[in-house]
Amino acid sequence: MKPIIAAPLLVLLTTLALPAHADRYSVPKNAAFEEECASCHMAYPPQMLHADSWRAMMGDLSRHFGSDASIDEKRRVAIADFLVANSGGRKTGNTRDAQGRPLLRITETARFEKKHREISAATWKRASIKSPANCTACHTQAAAGDYDDRSIKIPK
Amino acid sequence: MRHLLVIAAAIFTVSAHAETPRDFLTRFEKEAGAAASAERGARFFTTKQGGEWSCASCHTDKPTQAGRHAKTDKAITPLAPAANAERFTDAAKVDKWFRRNCNDTLNRVCSAQEKADVMAWLLALR
Ligand code: HEC
Ligand code: HEC
Ligand code: HEC
Repeated sequence: MKPIIAAPLLVLLTTLALPAHADRYSVPKNAAFEEECASCHMAYPPQMLHADSWRAMMGDLSRHFGSDASIDEKRRVAIADFLVANSGGRKTGNTRDAQGRPLLRITETARFEKKHREISAATWKRASIKSPANCTACHTQAAAGDYDDRSIKIPK
Repeated sequence: MRHLLVIAAAIFTVSAHAETPRDFLTRFEKEAGAAASAERGARFFTTKQGGEWSCASCHTDKPTQAGRHAKTDKAITPLAPAANAERFTDAAKVDKWFRRNCNDTLNRVCSAQEKADVMAWLLALR
């Protein structure tokens, strides 16, 4: 009798536990986003920026952080819609810079700064890390949406 | 039967669209109106042209091996067809990346001659 009850209970517990932890930031499936936005860097979770930020970023892809990331108009609109629909709300902290423009970087949001306060400027610049935007350098499971403490390994 | 024919026609159209790396060399040479030079392609690929990057900054100067994005550090699979069968098989993808990467390295688009030269060199790599 016991195992029969335990099995569904276990399933229930894991389904309850998962969304709250490991893949809180897993990227919703979207073929166009994967193809166009994960070629130069990892697929950043849409949940990590405010809708205004995604709209601003998607408005100018030919000058995207110093790179030409331009795409055809149909895809641009489709990806912008996807990002806005899955964007993070006020959870991302401040969403605008001092001049009132939407922040374009996840790494400039208050939430990011708070979570990474203890990392020194020298660490960010290590050759093995290069840039705070290189999440996967430290968050070994970032591609799966897992930023949990247990999967962090800061490279030397 | 009618259905089978439609399906067969659809499959044929799809495969007729797939390109091979050689097709791109032919196309760029035709657009340039001159033969390609692998030697010129090698020089073009590996030297900076006034900007911060050369093609080799991300694809390495031996593109049969994997590269890394110069800014983000993301791994990039080899560019040379001999080492990567997926390269130069889709015109939309090839045109898109030539446009972007030439802009980033030269601040302008690449000429048909430059693209033909690069193709000739990449095809010669083993
Ligand atoms: C041609 C290359 C390229 C493509 C394609 C590209 N990006 Fe980027 N992206 C970059 C570079 C370079 C940076 C700056 C990285 C750094 O500072 O380390 C960047 C940074 C970012 C950042 C900010 C990271 C931070 O600092 O928080 C976001 C968000 C972003 N990209 C989203 C996108 C989206 C969405 C797409 C698809 C529409 C996309 N990228 C496509 C090259 C690209
Ligand atoms: C230099 C290594 C490093 C890089 C690069 C890095 N992080 Fe982190 N991150 C950490 C560390 C260390 C912590 C844990 C801080 C703590 O627990 O006090 C952390 C914490 C976090 C958390 C909170 C996790 C939780 O359980 O609450 C999130 C979310 C996060 N990082 C996202 C990102 C994103 C997104 C990027 C890339 C845009 C990134 N990080 C880049 C080292 C890094
Ligand atoms: C800043 C980094 C960077 C530089 C510099 C760069 N590339 Fe790329 N290139 C990429 C990335 C990223 C991709 C797409 C990722 C992938 O397909 O693996 C790519 C893809 C390509 C492709 C697509 C081929 C295919 O069919 O898949 C071509 C062609 C190409 N690059 C040519 C060039 C040429 C020519 C230059 C120099 C004028 C150059 N690249 C410079 C990063 C770069």
